[in-house]
Amino acid sequence: MPVQIDIAKVASLARIALSAEELHRYGEQLGAILEHAERVQQLPTEGIPPTAHPVPMTNTFRPDVVTGSLPIADVLAAAPDTEDGYFRVPPVLGES
Amino acid sequence: MIAPNGFEAVIGVETHVELMTASKMFCGCPVDFGQPPNATTCPVCLGLPGALPVPNREAIERILMIGAALNCQITPTSYFHRKNYFYPDLPKNYQISQYDVPVCHDGEISVDVDGETALIGITRVHMEEDTGKTLHVGGGGRIHEADYSLIDFNRSGVPLVEIVTEPDIRTAEQARAYGAELQRIVRTLGVSDARLEEGSMRFDANISIRPRGAEDLGTRTEVKNVNSLRSLQRAIDFEIQRQIELVSGGGTVVQETRHWNEESGSTTSMRSKEESEDYRYFQEPDLMPIEVSPEWRDAIVAGLPELPAARRARYGSLGVDGGVAAVLVATEELGAWFEAAMDGGGDPRLIGNWLSGEVVAWSRTEGTDLASAPLTGDHLVELATMVADGTLSASAAKKVLAGVLVGEGSPAEVAAARDLVQISDSSVIEREVDAVLAAHPDAVAGIRGGETKLIGFLVGQVMRATGGKADPKLVSKMIAAKTAG
Amino acid sequence: MSDPADLTIRAAGDALRSGQLTSAELTEAVLERGRITEAHLHAFLTLDQEGAKEAAAAADAALAAGHDHGPLHGIPIALKDNICTKGVETTASSQILSGWVPPYNATVVDRLAAAGAVIVGKTNLDEFAMGSSTENSAYGPTRNPWDTDRVPGGSSGGSAAAVAVGSAMAALGSDTGGSIRQPAALCGVVGMKPTYGLVSRYGLIAFASSLDQIGPFARSVDDAATLLEAIAGHDICDATSIRRDVPPIRRSIDAGVHGLRIGLITELSGEAIDDEVMGAVNHTLAALADAGADVGEISVPSCEYGLSAYYLIAPAECSANLARFDGVRYGLRAAGDTTEEMMAATRAAGFGPEVTRRILLGTYALSAGYYDAFYGQAQRVRTLIRHQFAAAYEEYDVLVAPTSPTTAFPIGDKVDDPLAMYYTDVCTIPINLTGDPGISVPVGLDSRGLPIGFQVMAPALEEARLFQVAQAVEDLSQFQSRAALATSEVVAP
Ligand SMILES: [Mg+2]
Ligand SMILES: [Zn+2]
Repeated sequence: MPVQIDIAKVASLARIALSAEELHRYGEQLGAILEHAERVQQLPTEGIPPTAHPVPMTNTFRPDVVTGSLPIADVLAAAPDTEDGYFRVPPVLGES
Repeated sequence: MIAPNGFEAVIGVETHVELMTASKMFCGCPVDFGQPPNATTCPVCLGLPGALPVPNREAIERILMIGAALNCQITPTSYFHRKNYFYPDLPKNYQISQYDVPVCHDGEISVDVDGETALIGITRVHMEEDTGKTLHVGGGGRIHEADYSLIDFNRSGVPLVEIVTEPDIRTAEQARAYGAELQRIVRTLGVSDARLEEGSMRFDANISIRPRGAEDLGTRTEVKNVNSLRSLQRAIDFEIQRQIELVSGGGTVVQETRHWNEESGSTTSMRSKEESEDYRYFQEPDLMPIEVSPEWRDAIVAGLPELPAARRARYGSLGVDGGVAAVLVATEELGAWFEAAMDGGGDPRLIGNWLSGEVVAWSRTEGTDLASAPLTGDHLVELATMVADGTLSASAAKKVLAGVLVGEGSPAEVAAARDLVQISDSSVIEREVDAVLAAHPDAVAGIRGGETKLIGFLVGQVMRATGGKADPKLVSKMIAAKTAG
Repeated sequence: MSDPADLTIRAAGDALRSGQLTSAELTEAVLERGRITEAHLHAFLTLDQEGAKEAAAAADAALAAGHDHGPLHGIPIALKDNICTKGVETTASSQILSGWVPPYNATVVDRLAAAGAVIVGKTNLDEFAMGSSTENSAYGPTRNPWDTDRVPGGSSGGSAAAVAVGSAMAALGSDTGGSIRQPAALCGVVGMKPTYGLVSRYGLIAFASSLDQIGPFARSVDDAATLLEAIAGHDICDATSIRRDVPPIRRSIDAGVHGLRIGLITELSGEAIDDEVMGAVNHTLAALADAGADVGEISVPSCEYGLSAYYLIAPAECSANLARFDGVRYGLRAAGDTTEEMMAATRAAGFGPEVTRRILLGTYALSAGYYDAFYGQAQRVRTLIRHQFAAAYEEYDVLVAPTSPTTAFPIGDKVDDPLAMYYTDVCTIPINLTGDPGISVPVGLDSRGLPIGFQVMAPALEEARLFQVAQAVEDLSQFQSRAALATSEVVAP
């Protein structure tokens, strides 16, 4: 059975503006893909730790050394909108 | 303030501390806030496509110091996670943070309010990165009415430590005392300048109320935008009062985030938790786990400097009064003078009292910054020695100290210039005593009749006659001898 | 001498050092091949003719002055367009990065430059490397040089096609679920995914961070090893980069397979695989046995769940990795009254359907209430697969399988059926999950004249063993990787 999902909520979390028609289509496609992906639940995995990294290592740090920053022109070169060295965006609704 | 009406407040504090490392948390940009906007940014802290984070070992070292100083357990293996939310000053639109396994957990510190000690549990201390800064332009700087916003990523990626307490705090004063102690600890460790006004140390408070004696927790609100220790206390007091009034009036507290407004002295609702984000935490695949061996942990603990609590205890063992010790440890300059004077072998009690008393009072009344005062530890030792050897009376010593503070010179120079050196020559004193006794025969008779408190009166007369320079102990002894039997 | 564009790196290097050829001539031959073939293939998004000519001249001058930077000195190489190149547009085939010029180089680009290589351009891919056919490029598909009505595979289809026709002597791609090996198989070239962490990912536009790995395409196993040697090794800029010396990759490349234990993975062979593909694989196995290998078959049952686990883990990671494309600092910005609306509109306009699908899928798999059943469970299955592969390597020195269940399929065949498209990666995905190295070597053609790839897999950091077997497969199969043949229609006399 295809998995039923709240596709509008998912699209909002992913911050992608989709039309009703697109939401419907993606909802159906995701349902079918998840039906297949759900097969992972068939395997007994009690006591099996998750793998986040294929080649385990620890403490891969760098020393506290300043290696420099980009020239400011490079920082802003690709920006859609800037003002006085800042990136400029439309007003922000929420607070972080 | 104790919550009235049989209510008790339950408070937890979340603190963010920026670490003043040389370079940022995950890249080689400098931690330097004096630069033009976006001048200290690179592919990593701008979240450019393809860039990867690599953790700064010194930042890990420093969070371990904080954890150890807060008596935390150090997690043998902890992990970085991605906290996903969209905000324009968060370049990757996820913050690298820690989630279910922080690097330090289960610590505690004690704080004193009005002589009462409270133990505050530390739930966790975790490592994360700071965001950039958003400037809302137009609409009087208020976010909702702004015309547009400007973003500076210089702060993006600065190492940030989050310290979360258990809900062990009961009053706003305790919360403030906790904040102050935490600030002292962080500064003592030398890991951050911990300036609240500049945002390198930031507090959020979780506050709920419940009937005194109740076990269950009430619905809590989270108060943000607290920019000083004083406003931490004010904001919590306001919020406790607001909740009590709400509940007493038959209302219910809504779980929400509230914004502290310094000018109005009140909190206002920002958003309710129902519409809060689903952060979709998952282990950061670009970063490997942090493994702290017992050897590493032990080296961190062994390398800790003397922390404020231990320092207060040490001062106490020197005979310094508890309240005085707290003042000395709370103020960097006082503490430094005290330490220097101790190195010079000065009297701890006397010098501690001068510093916490006269010096603080002088600084307050004159509005003078302690850092600019030309006082040294040697001055204090010299002054204490002059009192001990009878050169200065206690009251004259205070006058000398005042002279030193305004730059009149060393204690010896000030005492000489102000003619404050005590008269210890007994023949000079005897002449004055005899003159006073002759002038007050009634008093002499009274003393002989058993009214010994009149000795004090006569001592006062001698002191007045000598302009306060006579050694009062010697005067008193002499009068007692001459009026005896 | 034949057209220099058809030489191997080794042969071209010999010619450069003997003075028979200059890098300028070689580069011009390769660029000329590109000018002829591009109209039919669309392997490149950017052909940097000027930059390539300058680099070739510099390489010639250096060599003349006695500065020999090694086997890649003066060799024209192409880069997949999800690898950042300072000053050269890098789009990852996405509308959202249209026109973006990185201010920095990926580590592999710096290493190639240090090795004296000449970068000829940036190759086409499925948008953000998400796909198996290069049809998901915002700038139009790449075609298969063996049959231009068919796909070259993907996502590194442009790199595979360019190497196949000689518009690059070798190329770099990235492999997250088979994106190097599968197009290599479909285009009849060698494609190799290194051990996770052997090659720095710094500057590779991330798709799925715990799976992505940069690797080489070449027309011979030996050339692929040469390219890998140049780019492998620890990088301080990548915290997942393995901190040890690069194992000697070509230590035993000519040692043959006598006495080596070679195991065919049961779950990646048999009925699910096209008969002709399976026939070629079995034929190769028989040749390996004749050459003295101890050939057998081994079951790795959890392999069957690899695809399902992959389609939860990769989208989950991509949903976060692609969150940075928000219209604030670079790339496309769509109009919006608020930043929130601007971001949502930008992302809707900038991402193609497959990328959108995977971001949504990954967002769902990580969201509150579903994490454990989907993402968490997929990570545990990943552990099982790692354990079972490790156990299989107790019995066999290398494991083998077809690279792709079919040869190249027609353009448009699977674009409307995501699951069918995902299935084309069934044989390559398992070792992305384990992090082990793998290589696809062409071993023959099917009855339509389309190349068939044979996949060899080895334990982590056993690249030397992997290349040893791959070299033997190449020698035994006698496959002529003939770019000229592959492009006979287009390279008309
Ligand atoms: Mg935080
Ligand atoms: Zn940076």
